[in-house]
Amino acid sequence: MVAQNVVFGILAAVMVLSAWKVVTTQNVVRAVLYLVVVLAGAGAQYLLLAQEFIFVVQVIVYIGAVVVLFLFGTMLTRAPIGRDVNVDNDQKWLAALTALFLVGVMVAVLSDAFGNTHVHPTIQRTSDVANSMFSAYLIPFEVVSVLLLAALVGAIAIARRD
Amino acid sequence: MLLNQFLFLAAVLFCIGVYGVLARRNAVLVLASIELMLNAVNINLVAFGAYRHTIAGQIFALFVITIAAAEVGVGLAIVVLIFRNRASISLDDADLMKG
Repeated sequence: MVAQNVVFGILAAVMVLSAWKVVTTQNVVRAVLYLVVVLAGAGAQYLLLAQEFIFVVQVIVYIGAVVVLFLFGTMLTRAPIGRDVNVDNDQKWLAALTALFLVGVMVAVLSDAFGNTHVHPTIQRTSDVANSMFSAYLIPFEVVSVLLLAALVGAIAIARRD
Repeated sequence: MLLNQFLFLAAVLFCIGVYGVLARRNAVLVLASIELMLNAVNINLVAFGAYRHTIAGQIFALFVITIAAAEVGVGLAIVVLIFRNRASISLDDADLMKG
């Protein structure tokens, strides 16, 4: 348990620092690469909670596909490689105030509700996910696959030149 | 492990995402901040699933990942279209529908 807490602490520190860099760095490409660190850290947290399949999906879909999409988006919109002074707007302080207020409220509510609750993860295997996905969650699974198809066709229809 | 350590991490990540959405002007970076928020929600779902020893948390996180992938695809297509029409992806310039 101690080792898990140490690993959690290291991962959490790295994730929060990288997330902070994602929203503050002035370089668009670097922000996307910091996002990779946050996503990998989230995957490691899933592994720490003994949920293996979601870790694999996180690596394949997020780190493999979504980040590549982001880099393509950056490239297609000709973001200057290097320092770009114009990526923040002028309501920074108001935004920081809102975020601080929100984190304060959430931490207060969560520590009130789950003050001393311990979590003892049991391994959730990929076969459990498959059994559950194709029995109890079959209709949501089909709906989400149709939605994914519609979204991708829509993305092509929006972005193509005609 | 305390349940709260995961929930606090998710809360902090979510609020960093909120800050990013509010303070960024570049549309691609706003989408990246939205990804941060969705990941925070996923950590919450998986943590609660592990706490209650149920598979449902993982399944819901999978659905969230699917929707996030679709959202990024459509969002970046819209950003590319805005860039093609207005030669800028600054969200302050995209104010055509402002009253």
